[in-house]
Amino acid sequence: MTLSTDLRSAITHVMDHHGGPRAAMLESLRMIQQAHGWVCDAHLEEAADILGVSNAEMEDIATFYSLIFRQPVGERLILMCDGASCYLNGGEDVRDAVMARLGIGFGQTTPDGKYTLINICCVGGCDHAPAAVIGRDRKLVGPLTADLIDEILGEAAK
Amino acid sequence: MTEHKPLTGRARPDRRPHSLDEWRKLGGYAAVERGLKTLSPEQVLDMVDDANLNGRGGAGFPAAKKWRFMPKSGQSPGDGPSYFIVNGDEMEPGAFKDRVLLEAVPHQLVEGAILSAYATHSSEIIVLIRDAYRDAIANVTRAIAEAEAAGYLGRNVRGSGFDVKMWVHPSAGRYIVGEETALIEALEGKRAVPRKRPPFPAQSGLWGRPTTVNNVETVSCVSHIVANGAQWFRALSCTEEGGTKVFGVSGRVNRPGIFEAPMGTPAGELIEQAGGVSGTGVLRCFQPGGGASGFLGPDALDVPLDFGHVAKAGSMFGTGTMIVLDQSACPLAVIARHMAFYARESCGWCTPCRDGLPWVAQIMFRLERGEGRMEDLDVLRETVAIAGPRGRTFCDLMGGAMAPLGTGLARFGDLFEAHVREGCCPIARQYGRTAA
Amino acid sequence: MTRIRIEVDGKTLEVAPGQDLLSACTHEGVQIPHFCWHDALGSVGACRLCAVRLHDGPEDTEGRIEMACMTPVTEGQRVSIADPEAAEMRAHVIEWLMRNHPHDCAVCEEGGACHLQDMTVASGHHKRRYDGPKRTYRNQDLGPLLTHEMNRCIACYRCTRFYRGYAGGRDLDVMGAHDRVYFGRYQDGPLDSPFAGNLAEVCPTGVFNDKGWSRDYARKWDMAATPSICTQCSVGCNIFAAERGGRLRRLQNRYNGAVNGDFLCDRGRFGGLHLPEDSRLRAPHIAGREVTEHDALEAARSALSAGAVAIASPRATLETVFALRHLVGEARLFAAVPQLEAGSVARMAGLLAQHGAQPLHALEHCDAALVLGEDLTGTAPRAALALRQTARNAAHALAGEKGVPCWLDNAARVAGEGRRSPIALVTALPDALDDIATWPLRRTPDEIAGFGHAIAAALRGEDAAPEAQAVAAALAQAKAPALIAGFGAARPEILDAIDAIACALAGRARLFLFPPEVNSMGLALSGVTGLEGAVETLESGTARTVIIAEADLVERADPALVERLLRAAETVIVLDSHNTRLSARATILLPVADWVEAAGTVVNHEGRAQRRFAAYAGAPQPAWRVIAALAQPTPGWQNLDDVLAAMAQALPQLAPAREAAPDAAMRLPLGAVARAGWRQAGRTAHDQTGGVIRHAPQTDGDSALTFSMEGGRGGDVPPALRTDYAVAGLHSASAAPFVTVANGGTLKAGDPGINVLAGFAGPNAAPAFALTGEGLIPLALHDPFVGDEAGRRAEFLEQRCVEAQIVLHPDDARHLHLNENMALTLDGQAVDIGLRIDPAIPPGHVGLPTGRVAPRNLGRHVQIGRQE
Ligand SMILES: Cc1cc2nc3c(=O)[nH]c(=O)nc-3n(C[C@H](O)[C@H](O)[C@H](O)COP(=O)(O)O)c2cc1C
Ligand code: SF4
Ligand code: FES
Repeated sequence: MTLSTDLRSAITHVMDHHGGPRAAMLESLRMIQQAHGWVCDAHLEEAADILGVSNAEMEDIATFYSLIFRQPVGERLILMCDGASCYLNGGEDVRDAVMARLGIGFGQTTPDGKYTLINICCVGGCDHAPAAVIGRDRKLVGPLTADLIDEILGEAAK
Repeated sequence: MTEHKPLTGRARPDRRPHSLDEWRKLGGYAAVERGLKTLSPEQVLDMVDDANLNGRGGAGFPAAKKWRFMPKSGQSPGDGPSYFIVNGDEMEPGAFKDRVLLEAVPHQLVEGAILSAYATHSSEIIVLIRDAYRDAIANVTRAIAEAEAAGYLGRNVRGSGFDVKMWVHPSAGRYIVGEETALIEALEGKRAVPRKRPPFPAQSGLWGRPTTVNNVETVSCVSHIVANGAQWFRALSCTEEGGTKVFGVSGRVNRPGIFEAPMGTPAGELIEQAGGVSGTGVLRCFQPGGGASGFLGPDALDVPLDFGHVAKAGSMFGTGTMIVLDQSACPLAVIARHMAFYARESCGWCTPCRDGLPWVAQIMFRLERGEGRMEDLDVLRETVAIAGPRGRTFCDLMGGAMAPLGTGLARFGDLFEAHVREGCCPIARQYGRTAA
Repeated sequence: MTRIRIEVDGKTLEVAPGQDLLSACTHEGVQIPHFCWHDALGSVGACRLCAVRLHDGPEDTEGRIEMACMTPVTEGQRVSIADPEAAEMRAHVIEWLMRNHPHDCAVCEEGGACHLQDMTVASGHHKRRYDGPKRTYRNQDLGPLLTHEMNRCIACYRCTRFYRGYAGGRDLDVMGAHDRVYFGRYQDGPLDSPFAGNLAEVCPTGVFNDKGWSRDYARKWDMAATPSICTQCSVGCNIFAAERGGRLRRLQNRYNGAVNGDFLCDRGRFGGLHLPEDSRLRAPHIAGREVTEHDALEAARSALSAGAVAIASPRATLETVFALRHLVGEARLFAAVPQLEAGSVARMAGLLAQHGAQPLHALEHCDAALVLGEDLTGTAPRAALALRQTARNAAHALAGEKGVPCWLDNAARVAGEGRRSPIALVTALPDALDDIATWPLRRTPDEIAGFGHAIAAALRGEDAAPEAQAVAAALAQAKAPALIAGFGAARPEILDAIDAIACALAGRARLFLFPPEVNSMGLALSGVTGLEGAVETLESGTARTVIIAEADLVERADPALVERLLRAAETVIVLDSHNTRLSARATILLPVADWVEAAGTVVNHEGRAQRRFAAYAGAPQPAWRVIAALAQPTPGWQNLDDVLAAMAQALPQLAPAREAAPDAAMRLPLGAVARAGWRQAGRTAHDQTGGVIRHAPQTDGDSALTFSMEGGRGGDVPPALRTDYAVAGLHSASAAPFVTVANGGTLKAGDPGINVLAGFAGPNAAPAFALTGEGLIPLALHDPFVGDEAGRRAEFLEQRCVEAQIVLHPDDARHLHLNENMALTLDGQAVDIGLRIDPAIPPGHVGLPTGRVAPRNLGRHVQIGRQE
């Protein structure tokens, strides 16, 4: 057992109050991720066990939704918008700058485990294009420039 | 100001939401109080009908017409409640309007949802909000808690005899969750794969129960209609379709943003409000309603932006959030990004979308790099012709994706061929690949 | 039934309303390309291949492109499959799918019998335009039965829809999204479901296939297919036995609408394959020494002349049973099982004759069910799969009220709000079907009949316990309540309880009673009584020889009784295809054909006589022929039909069994029915493996089939002799629905088999039963993967068999001072299987794996102890 007692009871609560085990699967995965940053095999299996669903059923959901992470992610997530409005405002230059600075591509984590860079569809920040959402609280940042990137990454490095 | 911008007029510039008390001081919840006590569900429905409120989530389907499919309490086979679902999954490229309404004026949404649930005989309201909108999730959750504490939600709302529960369900990411039947699947804890219609959700929706799904903006209009009357709402618009619209303008404009304006405001005016075209300053084309709407040219700047007029002009009003391209922007590059997006966001259920889109995206990037061949254009045209029309795929994601590609091919056929002939992007060669 | 008229490419079809267009056309023999639609799984509209142009009526001149599988048929509809735009849509769907599909037909097992190949040809796609990289996946090890080659997947979702939606499995699912959807398990490992093998047929391409076949591979067109009947339980599923070079390569489902429809269980699909040759009995033996056939027969004849009793097996055919009867006379023929079992099966036959026998298919249409004491998944797996469909009827009914037809599969599941038809499962142990049960009720074997009588009492309006009342109310409300029982709990009185309930339901009950083995019912109908009679006859000295055909008695009767029999007999003659524990005790051992090598007739649980045929030539003689050769004078039977004719005379009751299939003399205009598939490329050496010499086609005297590709084939072939589905352009299992009248309906020319129960008067009560002796109460443990004595040795299936263990309740284990690491004794005899302690076993009982250390029908207490 590796999930905290709180998390285990939260999962049970969702199951009892939001439509049973099936509907609680996704919510459980989200809660695990909230607590641990990602969903490891042991946690997925334990949650499946609490809900009485199969591991395969859990994995079905976990791998369908793009913001459930089945691999470890860095301390800080950078979800860069790759939508058209951001593209039209130089989003790809910013993207290249970020990649160059961090030395990683989309879907990768820096070797020091600090950053994970992910591309995501339009983040609803077209009025701040190019935009990204950053961190576990998904803070919207933009319009991004190379300078701003330095600032943001510098701040996080502290 | 507030009358002309009923939806966003009361929002604070920093989007800090109102507390319940602040909201009530601004006139909030009066419509709920009055509506539930003095109007029958049918009367609320009739008002929304008279107001000509068309759905703001993309398809523009009249809200009242959809609501009429909902059975009266206790009149549907099976057992369990009916559901009213607010769709806050906003993820369409170029769309960022629901974000404002969710973050800045959540009580307006709660009010609208209560009245909508009342009119549709629903006793449970679920607001689905995309994961990236954490502030929205927090603000709406808080507004619900406040409303519940004040007796606007729960059993016997303000002594009206109406019972209704409301909660927020954060999505775990995927554009397709915004499709109403896929959304229902997601709420049931399944893969967000759309359902076949019929049966329509009103017949068999969440857990098989009668269900209505409406967009955040649509729902946000409802309390205003009940408060001020259908006539008033209709008069807000410059066309047949009622109300104001929360427009968005982004892409190559100087001051991209959200602008609430009468339904039917022409694109030209909105681009003006957004500070005019940036880059070369000369418009090449625009998508009037988000990534899934077809391209229109400078000749369409005067078209009143509403569902009917934009459709007649050969595009789709969609989300009402336009993407603007100036002369230095290559539509092929924009289409390529759109295609990559739609391919990635396909749920994987039906073949044309799952396997057709990735091919199209591959070809678009190849064309952009100047490595395309004339035969590639055949594949693009055939895909549009074969997979574009309604009914070819399970849901409208594919049809939506084909709109920019199809109109792009029709409008910029020469440009596609020039990419092949010249082995590079002629626009990039002329202007350089620069940002606005 | 009212029919409606639709027009398809100018041709008028009369079809039944209430179905989808694709189904309607399919059953009229009109092909519309498709992938995701499946006869038994319904429509989901995923592949988009079934595009047609649809005009709603005469006024609708333009029409529109629609998916046939998602369109309800309506009167006056006009449909064009040939429409250019529809055809273009279909061609593009294929092109899209083939983008990632490997071009590996040459090395793919499915090649030649692949629905994707057929559809690709049908759509005219023959040139690849896509020049990008293909997607690749890592395959999983799905255990001993199935291969997994995900790169061939075309994402039709049939596998998960069957595995999860139809068969209730939970360890196979779809993962990922967009163009990376993956169908597999969470991790490598064997698929749990005992119906997983159907994936090999459900999958329209080569993702899942039979691993054994893959190792001992032959192309479909190089194999001969023979209609056969599975021997692994009393359901009697119809199968094709595919052979090449005298080796059985693969068993596949053979559609019989009344029995198995589209699906088999894994025990049936894999249990008859890859039996180890070293367990095979090939030569006659006397006293353990190999002898010539002549010497063996001579010795047997002389022993028989000293006075003999014969013992017939519930897995032997009617013909073999009758041959034994002819050999020793009616009074000296006994069953290989004790009277407890023989009498119970006779009681079942009587009850079915009295209350009406139902084909398995009818179970799927019942709206409530009571299972009394039977672990259906263990004893008759295919019936458990049918009961899973019964459970869905309430949901279908609710969906129907909402206007959602049940063929619209996903939609109907949702609209049904998860409702389930009421099902009561009264069993001793947690049951594999508990997930569909409204009332999963646990009762000890001795309590089960009592509970059944309480239900009957409640139905008659008498007082009863609340649970019995609840079940009774559900049965009373149902239009077609199913009553299911068998001999799995070895309690004959359960059958009397079933009778009481059926009587209380006044004609509405549908009885489904499952005897233990493939021809248990045939044995009962032949009037054969229990093994005790043989022992008494021998012990009385009126007979000195016993002849036992095709039964390991040690599996089927109390070892003490078997010992008495073997001790009382001077000579023990054993006929079998394989070495068994019994054959080791034989004085004279005679090899015979195994189940797939000989023609014969067996009677399934509902009294349906069905015929199977020899899958290849050159095998040992069928048992009945060897027995006939022992008779003096020999009866002069030339072929199977002669035996059947003689049987019809001696046992007029069984005369209809002759009609189970056409006799050997039947000829079509092109001659006897070809077993080997037609090859347009020319003659194949289907019976050659490696060599080039072509033998003259071998003849088969016992059937109207020929071991050759020349002969009759196609639609003219009577259903019982069908060697393929013979639909032009379709080569895979997906062709099956074209030869049926409706989804899940009967074959166009009628479902094979004939009921032989009519007029059978069974005993008025089940055999009286009371456990004798002292000790623990035996509880037979059944397992879906554990077959009969031969099936258990099947190389691939064997790896799925659960480890045989004796199971005790913790209290009893403590009381007996036993733990899981100890070597055990059973009734004082050392056994070589271990102990499992499990609180699910009722105290005072001991779980004994069927056939492994004790028979399924022990009528006494047993002692478990520790080896010193
Ligand atoms: C692929 C796809 C994505 C969609 N995404 C959204 C969305 O994010 N938000 C939304 O309100 N509607 C979305 N829709 C439209 C919904 O299906 C539905 O029509 C809408 O929520 C109904 O609300 P309305 O009638 O108020 O517009 C989407 C439709 C499709 C086909
Ligand atoms: S074992 Fe029984 S259920 Fe399975 S295929 Fe054979 S006869 Fe059918
Ligand atoms: S068979 Fe109709 S869509 Fe697949």
